[in-house]
Amino acid sequence: MAPVAPRSGDAIFANIERVNAELFTLTYGAIVRQLLTDLEEVEEVNKQLDQMGYNIGIRLIDEFLAKSNVSRCVDFRETAEVIAKVGFKMFLGVTASVTNWDAEGTCCSIVLEDNPLVDFVELPDNCQGLYYCNILSGVIRGALDMVSMKAEVTWLRDALRGDDVFELQVKLLKQVPEEYPYKDDE
Amino acid sequence: MQFFGGSEISPSPPAPTASGNNGHMLYVFNRNGICLLYREWNRPLHTLNAQQDHKLMFGLLFSLKSLTAKMDPTSSEKGNLGVPQLPGQGCSFHSFRTNTYKLSFMETPSGIKIILVTHPRTGDLRESLKYIYNLYVEYVVKNPLYTPGAPIRSELFNTTLDQYVRGIA
Repeated sequence: MAPVAPRSGDAIFANIERVNAELFTLTYGAIVRQLLTDLEEVEEVNKQLDQMGYNIGIRLIDEFLAKSNVSRCVDFRETAEVIAKVGFKMFLGVTASVTNWDAEGTCCSIVLEDNPLVDFVELPDNCQGLYYCNILSGVIRGALDMVSMKAEVTWLRDALRGDDVFELQVKLLKQVPEEYPYKDDE
Repeated sequence: MQFFGGSEISPSPPAPTASGNNGHMLYVFNRNGICLLYREWNRPLHTLNAQQDHKLMFGLLFSLKSLTAKMDPTSSEKGNLGVPQLPGQGCSFHSFRTNTYKLSFMETPSGIKIILVTHPRTGDLRESLKYIYNLYVEYVVKNPLYTPGAPIRSELFNTTLDQYVRGIA
C-alpha cells in the first residue's frame, strides 16, 4: 500500500463542514465581550482566552491529524509550515506565512495578513492591553503540546493595536521524549 | 449517519476486506498509557484481570516499537534499545500475525494508539484503523462532555464502532 500523501489545506477546507464566517466572527466577539464583563481585568481576559485556546488545541490536534493525513514532521521548520499552510487553512480558511527563523530553527514567526476573527473589531481605549486573538496562540500551544512539543506562543504584532499584520512568535522550548508510563512496581 | 456537526466523516470508509464476525477485540490507548477504550467481541479466554491485560498490551506495543526502530537497516540514527524516543521518531510496525490471530496497530503523532485484534486471515487494516481514528474524532474528541484523557463512555461511539468492525473483519 502506498503511503497516502498529506492533503493540502485547500482540499480539506473544501470538504469540511463550515459555518458562516460572520456568525463565527460575531460569536467570538461575543465571547470576548462576555469575558471582559465577567473578569473585568484585561490581563485576566488574555489569560482566560489563552486557556480556552489551549483546551481547544488539545482536541483540535486529533481532528487535524485525522483529516490532513499529516504523519510526522522531520523538524520544527516543517511543523511551522504545516501549521501555517494546512492548519490555518483548514480551520480558519486563511493561509499564513512563516518567517524570521532564528539560527537554531527553534523560533519563528507566523504572519497572518488576513484574520477572520477581527472583522468588525476596534479596540476601545480601555482595552488597549487586550490581545483580542489570544485564543489562537493558546490553540497552537495546546496542539503542539499534544505532539510532544512544548512551545511558547506570543504576539509580536497585532493589527488591532495599529500594526500592519498579525504576527505570532512560536518558540520551541523542548521536545518531550516518549517514556514508558508505568512504574515497574505498580 | 448523523454526527455532531451533521457532517459525513471524510474520507469515507475503505472497502471491507472481509466479512463475518472475526473481530476479537479493540484497544484505544492515549499517550500516557491510559486505556481509553476496550471493546471485546469474541474472546473466550481471559487469563489476566482487565487492568493487567491493558498494561501488558501497552507494554508489548511499546517494546515492539522500540525493537522495530532499533532493527531498522535503512536508518543511520540508532537510538539505544529502551532509550525513549520522540513520538513519530524511528519506524514502527503496523501489524503482526500469529497462527490464531492478527494484531493491527496504528499510532498517531498525538500518541493515540489503536489496536484491533482479528482473525489471522484478515487483510490490510491500516485504512480501517484510520477510519476508526476518524470515528474517535467525531464521536469522542468533538463531544464537549468528554474530558480528554478519561476513559470513553459513549454508547453512540460503541455502537458505531461495533457496527463498523462487524463490517470489516
